[in-house]
Amino acid sequence: MTQLPNGWEMVVGLEVHTELLTKSKLFCGCENHFGNEPNSNVCPVCLGLPGSLPVLNEHAVELAMRIGMALHCTIAPSTFHRKNYFYPDQSKDYQISQYDLPINANGYLDLPDGSRVGIERAHMEEDTGKTTHVGGSGRLAGADRSLVDYNRCGVPLVEIVSAPDIRSSAQARDYAAELRGILIATGASDGRMEEGSMRIDANVSVRKAGEPFGTRCEIKNLNSLRSLQRAIDYEALRQIELLEEGGTVRQETRHWDEVMGETSTLRVKEDAEDYRYFRDPDLVDLAPSQAWQDAVRAALPAMPAERRAAVVATLTTPTSAQLDAVEVVIDLGLERFVHAVVAAGGDAALAISRVANELAANPEQATSLDVASFVTTLSMELSGALSATQAKDVLATLLANGGDPEAIAKAKGYEQMSTDSLGAIVDELIAANPDEWGRYKGGDDKLAGFFTGLVMKATKGQANGKAVVAELQQRR
Amino acid sequence: MSESSSPLRRDDVAKVARLARLTLSDAELDLFTTQLSQVLEHANDMNALDLADLEPTAHPFGLTNVFRDDVIRPSLEPESFLSQAPDAEGGRFGVPRILGEAP
Amino acid sequence: MKTAQQIATAVTTGASSATAEVQASLAAIAARNDELNVFLYVDGERATAAAAAIDERIARGETVGPLAGVPIAIKDNLCQIDVPTTCSSKMLEGWRPPYNATVIDRLVAAGAIPMGKTNLDEFAMGSSTENSAFGPTRNPLDPARVPGGSSGGSAAAVAADMTTISLGSDTGGSIRQPAALCGIVGVKPTYGLVSRYGLIAFASSLDQIGPFSKTVTDSALLLEVLAGYDPMDSTSLNEPAPSLVAHVNDGVAGKRVGLVKELYEGSDPEVLASVAKAADALREAGAEIVELSIPELSLGLSAYYLIAPAEASSNLARYDGVRFGNRVDGADVTAMMEATRTMGFGAEVKRRIMLGTYALSAGYFDAYYGQALKVRTLTINAFAKAYAQVDFLLGATTPGVAFEFGTKTKDPMAMYLNDVFTIPTNLAGDPALSVPFGTGEADLPIGVQLLGPGRSEATLLAAARVLEIADGRP
Repeated sequence: MTQLPNGWEMVVGLEVHTELLTKSKLFCGCENHFGNEPNSNVCPVCLGLPGSLPVLNEHAVELAMRIGMALHCTIAPSTFHRKNYFYPDQSKDYQISQYDLPINANGYLDLPDGSRVGIERAHMEEDTGKTTHVGGSGRLAGADRSLVDYNRCGVPLVEIVSAPDIRSSAQARDYAAELRGILIATGASDGRMEEGSMRIDANVSVRKAGEPFGTRCEIKNLNSLRSLQRAIDYEALRQIELLEEGGTVRQETRHWDEVMGETSTLRVKEDAEDYRYFRDPDLVDLAPSQAWQDAVRAALPAMPAERRAAVVATLTTPTSAQLDAVEVVIDLGLERFVHAVVAAGGDAALAISRVANELAANPEQATSLDVASFVTTLSMELSGALSATQAKDVLATLLANGGDPEAIAKAKGYEQMSTDSLGAIVDELIAANPDEWGRYKGGDDKLAGFFTGLVMKATKGQANGKAVVAELQQRR
Repeated sequence: MSESSSPLRRDDVAKVARLARLTLSDAELDLFTTQLSQVLEHANDMNALDLADLEPTAHPFGLTNVFRDDVIRPSLEPESFLSQAPDAEGGRFGVPRILGEAP
Repeated sequence: MKTAQQIATAVTTGASSATAEVQASLAAIAARNDELNVFLYVDGERATAAAAAIDERIARGETVGPLAGVPIAIKDNLCQIDVPTTCSSKMLEGWRPPYNATVIDRLVAAGAIPMGKTNLDEFAMGSSTENSAFGPTRNPLDPARVPGGSSGGSAAAVAADMTTISLGSDTGGSIRQPAALCGIVGVKPTYGLVSRYGLIAFASSLDQIGPFSKTVTDSALLLEVLAGYDPMDSTSLNEPAPSLVAHVNDGVAGKRVGLVKELYEGSDPEVLASVAKAADALREAGAEIVELSIPELSLGLSAYYLIAPAEASSNLARYDGVRFGNRVDGADVTAMMEATRTMGFGAEVKRRIMLGTYALSAGYFDAYYGQALKVRTLTINAFAKAYAQVDFLLGATTPGVAFEFGTKTKDPMAMYLNDVFTIPTNLAGDPALSVPFGTGEADLPIGVQLLGPGRSEATLLAAARVLEIADGRP
């Protein structure tokens, strides 16, 4: 984390827009699908043709409620308002959104580090079309003309606005990551920042601790969590430099350039745009019944924080490496598998480690892995019958082909030598090396390695190192 | 209440015209300023009333919770509207260069 | 002349054919359209083909529907697939919608035959059809006078016997006022009774589609076909179409009728006389007349001329030259939008967009639009109080008879005042109709207005029938 100089503190609020995973658009029956031929998923309603009217998608309301509940918001009766502005990607030249009466308000999000970020609102609105620019290297500035595709116009969005409670870029990143996990867990979104189904804008200002909030700038074009973190750090430092030189921060929208690593002015917010919000007369008020709300709440799956805590609870004193591994398990959605393994007698710490590392490459395969076989493999490793390397190899085969771990180990030649046969080989080698044995018996522990090496050679690496040492000590 | 009873100024009308994406000639600006002022004058009889206790009406018969099921319905054939677009290229609608980002 | 109901019966029984009816309609249109400018587009080929198809189905013994073979004129703010739909505006000249308004589908399903699109005040904003970008429509009863507006063309089509029925839309009186000025019946239904899907929006919370006809029964018949829940319109009442034709001859015995001062005072003497005579006729038919005053109604005009333009300013934003309609090029997209809208919209439309934009802007919202919405509630409450005492109300539709061209165009307020009796019902969302009763200056027709609580169309039509008979049209 970048430390800010001279007692400065950054104040950050995040606005996250997420597309909802409905089959059809928010106000019409056109397919909600990324990547079709341009303007092939449009109808009079989302194209804004004269005479068309919106009708609200019930499932979108349900998904919005799930998000609100997962963020501990109050679900309230709400209305839809028109946000009026002219722009070619807005097919009606107004956006149907929510204004002073949003469906979800006043929630919060707890982060893994224990901090809490307030959620002011999570409201519903429709998405715009997409413009591509011709000439001027494809960017808006310098283009000769633009082309508009309305396939995305009318796709349902939920906009989640945080309170300005965030105080570092790392915390911002954690917030975004945790929120993303929640959105995916609710089934409302697929959280794909790179595809644009989840978009983040950051509002950044700086102040000396204890002073009132400074002027903020809005940063757009943050396409990854990494960009988010870098951009916030850059912007905070930019503002601090400016203020320390005696300048003032202008309220504006800035664009993050990932390549150059800097923000630049997009638009100065001098006259706030007058959106002339008014209640949309083509829609009626939304007041989800208590019964409906209760049903949604009851069916809400466990959120990442809960799931994380449940896995951590299987460990006695988790190290930070283990907590990282738990994170991976949650991200992969494999905690149910881990719980099953632990319930069947598998060692929690080892199970989590193996799942986070060895199973991470192919999580779908992992879910079809037989729990009992996995448990057996774990105990073979713990008992020393398999070395760590051997255990991982057996696991890889199990993943790919299934089968019985003991048979697999045997087929690979990893089978544990019986204590008798191992003992016999040790006896032979002791007899063949009396001087060394004498010194070992006399207390020279180093010679354990000498004898282990010989045993390994004699058994072509099949002997288990720990077992060999046990045999030597027994004969001491 | 003074906001509503002050006469509409030419400046206000010019600002509104920009918001509404309309170009008005000087003569039109003057005419509209006069005419709109007259209509708004009439609105002052409303403003004399104390309606603080009244709720604005949404739907006259109190309809709420009107939904559609999340099912896909056929979209329009692109030809049906692209053929009538003022400027279409490669299945998209063409517009002259856009000067600013979306608000 | 046959009524629509009679045409449907005749076509169904074989006494006439859809083809013959369409031919007759086309002839009547051809006879006077150049003179009157009623139709902006006559859909002769399609209508003839539709008629032939209906005749075929009847020949095969199929049931076609309650409007089988009946020609109908359609106001040009209703979308009909592939038929030029202009809203009488240069903005949409040449545009052909890729979809049908729900009412068109219902008409066609009932066997009716759309004959073409009729003239209106541009985007339905006006009371005389003088605001059309394609010339005004002339009143068939006196071509030197206006037919009323905004649905002037549809009213004239029926008054000139081009069709027996037509569709209009009413936001502040745009069906009832032209009905009165043209001497025909016009009904504005309960808000939400008829789907608005495909009606090119003017003021969303006020607009309703409704029938014009010579006879009360024909309006009842047409309204039955149009009405009923539509899942494509969120403001549509979730109820089936009411039964209306069956109740047209129910009479008014035992009904209490409110004669509302604010709905006739200030009118021409002949209009006052008609209203008084209408009250007498209802009394003779067994109703009790109660004199009422609803002072809140006088606020209606101010509230309407804020709410309607505000909603219109937003509804008309989509006309930006990007996706459809006529475009005027510009150096950048904003310049293009401005040039397009400046060229495409007439003065009245611009005026209302400006008024509406102002009423919604930051700093003025509460004083204007916000306040108007509360006056709306006041109006609804006031009507509700009245309907607690009486079954329906009687008043004038317009303060005078059809006026001459150019007499009210200088001052917008003068034109707006034409709607003073019709606007309150739109604010309340209640139904109302105009039925011809008596004549005035130069023998021009007068219409009286019947207003009722939500969903009282059957009562209003029955009362209108009583007046129709009393006025000599059994």
